[in-house]
Amino acid sequence: MATAPAPLSLSASTLPARLRAGAVPAGARWRQARRGRMVVRAKIREIFMPALSSTMTEGKIVSWSAGEGDRVSKGDAVVVVESDKADMDVETFHDGIVAAVLVQAGESAPVGAPIALLAESEEEVPLALSKAQELSNGQPQQAPPAPTEDAAAAPPPPPAPAAAPAPVAAGTKGIASPQAKKLAKQHRVDLAKVTGTGPYGRITSADVEAAAGIQPKSKPAPAAAAPSVGAVPQAAVLPPVPGATVVPFTTMQAAVSKNMVESLAVPTFRVGYPIVTDKLDELYEKVKPKGVTMTVLLAKAAAMALAQHPVVNASCRDGKSFTYNSNINIAVAVAIDGGLITPVLQDADKLDIYLLSQNWKDLVKKARAKQLQPNEYSSGTFTLSNLGMFAVDQFDAILPPGQGAIMAVGASKPTVVADKDGFFSVKSKMLVNVTADHRIVYGADLAAFLQTFAKILEDPESLTL
Amino acid sequence: MQSTAAVSVSASATASRGGARSEAARRPGGIRVCGLRGEALTCPSLRISQAPARLAAARAAAAANGAVAGSGGGFDYDLVIIGAGVGGHGAALHAVEEGLKTAIIEGDVVGGTCVNRGCVPSKALLAVSGRMRELHDEHHMKSMGLQVSSPGYDRQGVADHANNLASKIRSNLTNSMKALGVDILTGVGTIVGKQKVRYGKAGFPDKEITARNIIIATGSVPFVPKGIEIDGKTVFTSDHALKLESVPDWIAIVGSGYIGLEFSDVYTALGSEVTFVEALDQLMPGFDPEIAKLAQRVLINPRKIDYHTGVFASKITPAKDGKPVLIELIDAKTKEHKETLEVDAALIATGRAPFTKGLGLENINVVTQRGFVPVDERMRVMDADGNVVPNLYCIGDANGKLMLAHAASAQGISVVEQISGKDHILNHLSIPAACFTHPEISMVGLTEPQAREKADKEGFEVNVVKTSFKANTKALAENEGDGIAKLIYRPDTGEILGVHILGLHAADLIHEASNAIALGTRVQDIKFAVHAHPTLSEVLDELFKAAKVNSGVSHSVNEPVAA
Repeated sequence: MATAPAPLSLSASTLPARLRAGAVPAGARWRQARRGRMVVRAKIREIFMPALSSTMTEGKIVSWSAGEGDRVSKGDAVVVVESDKADMDVETFHDGIVAAVLVQAGESAPVGAPIALLAESEEEVPLALSKAQELSNGQPQQAPPAPTEDAAAAPPPPPAPAAAPAPVAAGTKGIASPQAKKLAKQHRVDLAKVTGTGPYGRITSADVEAAAGIQPKSKPAPAAAAPSVGAVPQAAVLPPVPGATVVPFTTMQAAVSKNMVESLAVPTFRVGYPIVTDKLDELYEKVKPKGVTMTVLLAKAAAMALAQHPVVNASCRDGKSFTYNSNINIAVAVAIDGGLITPVLQDADKLDIYLLSQNWKDLVKKARAKQLQPNEYSSGTFTLSNLGMFAVDQFDAILPPGQGAIMAVGASKPTVVADKDGFFSVKSKMLVNVTADHRIVYGADLAAFLQTFAKILEDPESLTL
Repeated sequence: MQSTAAVSVSASATASRGGARSEAARRPGGIRVCGLRGEALTCPSLRISQAPARLAAARAAAAANGAVAGSGGGFDYDLVIIGAGVGGHGAALHAVEEGLKTAIIEGDVVGGTCVNRGCVPSKALLAVSGRMRELHDEHHMKSMGLQVSSPGYDRQGVADHANNLASKIRSNLTNSMKALGVDILTGVGTIVGKQKVRYGKAGFPDKEITARNIIIATGSVPFVPKGIEIDGKTVFTSDHALKLESVPDWIAIVGSGYIGLEFSDVYTALGSEVTFVEALDQLMPGFDPEIAKLAQRVLINPRKIDYHTGVFASKITPAKDGKPVLIELIDAKTKEHKETLEVDAALIATGRAPFTKGLGLENINVVTQRGFVPVDERMRVMDADGNVVPNLYCIGDANGKLMLAHAASAQGISVVEQISGKDHILNHLSIPAACFTHPEISMVGLTEPQAREKADKEGFEVNVVKTSFKANTKALAENEGDGIAKLIYRPDTGEILGVHILGLHAADLIHEASNAIALGTRVQDIKFAVHAHPTLSEVLDELFKAAKVNSGVSHSVNEPVAA
């Protein structure tokens, strides 16, 4: 029922006629700019997007029944338009030659916008083509730009063959992707003049958009209304490497990326400290059977040290003040499949290592199953990152936003050390490196904290209390 | 006559076996792909209370065959099915319901193409593509007041979803057959003689069984035209594509039928650009032309897809030595070289070829035609001399009548009906088909040109009515007004000749029409059926109501039976 094609009244008029009629609803100002040029040649008529219903504001061209170069007579259906209600054949009121199609099938235009040019005779076709050139220049359907901008910013490209070739037969040397061809047609970009930067030197849609002077981010045409995932990485600053695979971030990876970029706003500094771990290793061997891990021991030690140096457990939220945290919550970085998460050992200074171990086990299990609650990964006041198990000797961590310091722990390895009496011995030594926010934590603070931390680990009995 | 004799035979045992178990079997799997009984049921009232009568008839037939349930009457089985795809599965379930001792031979994995390399995993991919499309359609989202920030996807996660679904359905199928007592025999089956099958490892069939009846249900494999080199990485068939090992930037899809169209939906939603290569002059050649035209407007033109029609891909070379995939196109008519495409990958979706090699058909004087097993309208296999081979049937893709999973299942059920002594011919025109793009396309019966051709030949009139999804409340609520439904019918009798739908959930909507065709319901009757409001089914309701049937046609109102 609704699809029954109802021939509709016409929407072509001569330019002078339109002048007399006064302003046209859409884009009047912009057309006025051209009026002066066009008044002389009255024999080229514009075909407008008709208003097919009272609520219609824009219409989509379903198909052109007449192609460029076709001679049409009054009453012929030239185009099928899809409104918000139905598809309708639109016929012309004038005889003439369809000189240029301005809005291709599949594209939309606001009611009243020119969608094609009708030339009265063969002689006027080239004129109509040059006019089409002007009209299309910087005009992807909607939002006509100010005339000055139009003239200055985008010098008209060399007269491209306005008769758009059939979808397939783009006779260019360079290979262009399907979307690149569509965009080229839409923006009247001559593919032969575009240098391809895609895989195998292929012309991509980004290349065409660049050639058309379009910011790749703004998706102009409703024709591109089915955007692809590819569009996201394409919008990035760097050109794609030929042959590379682009894999968009998962939500977790996107969160990491965001946090890392944000961290650049914080002025940080780093202090390293060597710690002898023989006693710690002994203790670890003792408590290991009870389910206590090295991570928990380090977290506990850090928490105990933080209790004595509250400034390292503080954070700077507004750039103007210290925020002292009432709890000591140690976030521990954990690599999980395709990402990174920081489960938090809450009140690590207050709980004993056995309870902490139990909590840690639960947290890791939840993290693997991606079931951590926000307060279980975002409530940290200090972060611990341990790469010791990979035999990393030392590394540098990036301070996560909202915290005052992060500790990077390397592997413990046998090292020759001399004691104060000059005796040499081989001790296990590990290097820890703390990154801190220098707005609140100063060098001496951090050094003192590390000294306390080292003392706890070098005489670790207190850990088990 | 025979029935009286048969009813006395172990009636209770058979009844409980057939009845109770089949109920149990249908539940867990829930995968009865096709439940159509065809046009044999022209007298609906007969079906109301005939359960005992049917069972009796079944036993009568079985007895006539000498096959009393449980014992093979000298045979190992009443029915052996070669191939445990959807067709074989459907036949096996129905055979058990009819009290036949049944075995099914499978040389690969239970579920066949549909479950492992076809409809099932592709639906998982399409479910993802549908959501991606929605999430990326900013305009659509905005108009519903939703805000979503840059949705993305994890390729492996999508691939896993498809794989998990296939495993789940596969185990459902297997369990449903095991629960019913169908023997699942592992190996490749070969027919070695009349009513005799050997099975075992390919090339070494070492176990032999006898069966009163044999159904060949070996299905099909992707067809790859010559000149195309498949490497499984950059040039591949649907078998590989369903694993979604990569999402290429630009993929050429050779063939624009169901398979090609569905994959174009998946790939474009995941960010690829697509080029179709179609040998015929029009895309989607199998569809009703009007539907194909609209489908092109909705599914092709607005997406990152272009196409070459009227061309053959004469040679396709996989990407290697730093070169992309090369596709040489020649004109379909003149065979002249037209163009060479350079793309990142090529999917060969040029149809499917029957998988009938090694079946031992030569042992029983059957010659395949282009690989297909020749059958008559009752799926009975025909030998080289055009005679029916007794007790041998072939269903599904292997006979090539209608290469759809549910068609295979329906054919299998039809065969089991015959084996059980009830003559049955499946009405293929009542079998619906669907393409699960976004939006979906579905159809049943004849296309408009087919109907008009038939009308010219037989001298009747044809009318066409259409309704639009744009006028449907539910579709508008979903903001999915794209689509039409089209009814082709006879204005003189009200007979439904074909229904074609393109629109939201079209695949689920078609069954009202296909059931009407299967049951012989006419337009003037079905238009009084009530549809819940607001639902998409009202698109069909309007369609039936819009159809004008000439007066004077008797109005065959069915009296409520139970009243």
